[in-house]
Amino acid sequence: MNRLDGKVALVTGGARGLGGASAKLMAAAGAKVLITDLLDEVGAGTVAEIEKAGGNAAFLHHDVVNETGWQNAVKYAVDHFGGLDILVNNAGIADAGKPIIETTLEQWRRVIAIDLDSLFLGIKYATPALGARASKWPGGGSIINISSIMGLVGMPNAASYIAAKGGVRLLTKAAAMELAPSKIRVNSVHPGFTETDMVKNALKDLGKGVGVGENVIKDMITARHPIGRMGVPMDIANAVCFLASDDSSFMTGSEVVVDGGYVAQ
Amino acid sequence: MNRVDGKVAIISGGARGIGGMSAQKLAEAGAKVVITDLREDEAQVTLAAIKKAGGEAKFFKHDVAIEEQWEAAVKFAVQSYGGVDILLNNAGVAGAAKPLEDLSLDSWRRLMSINLDGVFLGMKHVIPSMKSRAHLWPGGGSIISISSIMGFIGGARAVAYCASKGGVRLMTKAAAIELAPAKIRVNSVHPGFINTPLLRAGEQAMNQRQEGGFQKFVDDVVSRHPLGRLGEEQDIAHAVRFLASDDSSFMTGTEVVVDGGYLAQ
Repeated sequence: MNRLDGKVALVTGGARGLGGASAKLMAAAGAKVLITDLLDEVGAGTVAEIEKAGGNAAFLHHDVVNETGWQNAVKYAVDHFGGLDILVNNAGIADAGKPIIETTLEQWRRVIAIDLDSLFLGIKYATPALGARASKWPGGGSIINISSIMGLVGMPNAASYIAAKGGVRLLTKAAAMELAPSKIRVNSVHPGFTETDMVKNALKDLGKGVGVGENVIKDMITARHPIGRMGVPMDIANAVCFLASDDSSFMTGSEVVVDGGYVAQ
Repeated sequence: MNRVDGKVAIISGGARGIGGMSAQKLAEAGAKVVITDLREDEAQVTLAAIKKAGGEAKFFKHDVAIEEQWEAAVKFAVQSYGGVDILLNNAGVAGAAKPLEDLSLDSWRRLMSINLDGVFLGMKHVIPSMKSRAHLWPGGGSIISISSIMGFIGGARAVAYCASKGGVRLMTKAAAIELAPAKIRVNSVHPGFINTPLLRAGEQAMNQRQEGGFQKFVDDVVSRHPLGRLGEEQDIAHAVRFLASDDSSFMTGTEVVVDGGYLAQ
């Protein structure tokens, strides 16, 4: 179930956090995984962990806003593992703490570039490789885009992040329509607040923005998840692995929300 | 992954179709399954398939519109297998394809009693047992209700069906918020057009009545699914199994759309 034997996956931002957990779980499910990230040492550590558990993985330094970097990454997957079947567009940054009126155009553009341009580039450059092998699998190729609950609802002081994640949500649907004839499925995952380094830092910034400390803001945010806890990376990895597998063959253009009930209320 | 070992599931409308396939997939993944349905003969066929594969299941004859029968079904599950951990509200009817102005109040009420009252009653009567065992599992208890893409969009001559499925969609969210403190998760699944006995029920009549007949109907329907095919029962059963398992521990109040891209366009 949710097996990925014989498939090759590329996970951006795969060194740690949601990407790291997804890389580990997909490797455990039988995929060969190319982890790309800017964090070379952490990425190498994740590869070592996967190999120690008997999995197959490699690391490549990769800046997701760099077009040539994307071409290299896809080529590396094809050369090293024989092709590409799964793309997890996970790399991203959170930008929180400032109201729109205090956000500079440069800051805005940086977030949009890393959180949205990167997905456009990833889809653009991975599609030929995904399409070339899509007929091998009942579920075809699979692109999984990590959006956010902030791609579904708003909150103060995070406008650029929210705009980018909303863009990811609809970019996913546009790509799903365009790539369906090539047997490539495209879906988005919408995590609630999840225990990662990125979210930890974002919470600090959000707290500063409203004048409260780290623990207070964490309690405030946790209380907005009816399940009564924040997510953990494996919660998201399980959804990614499901969407990567042929068990989700009839899903494309869908939003999988993994948020402890945050947006349902 | 997506294992449900040791859990007990009630599946309404579990004799055949999506319910029957879900029963088989859950049993295969380790659950003890109570299939409820009005169709005894077909239920026996599904039971036999489960037992042949080494699974555990029983049948309970059950009309989901009748409250006493829900009480009896839950009692049967508790007596047979010790409790209830998973409820799949799957039983439903399509109703006659009639224009709104010709739809009788009786027809409307009959459909609502099955598609909407049935889900309300199912949730209501499994809660006590589910609550008492939710602590046993990392993901707690899990209620999964089969809505439809027609819980999001309208269709001509389907006013009652769409209303009932829209009701299931929001009832799911209300219940998710209410039951989160009790560690019971509640999610909806939204199939596109699936190749089931329900879909094929009109085959003969269509072949006699219309030019092109059933095949033309199927071709028209397929053309609205960007993936270019009807869904299969297992496409939905896999989503159900994922939501039933602890791999979806952080998902509640969400909509899992399994529609080949129907809604995304």
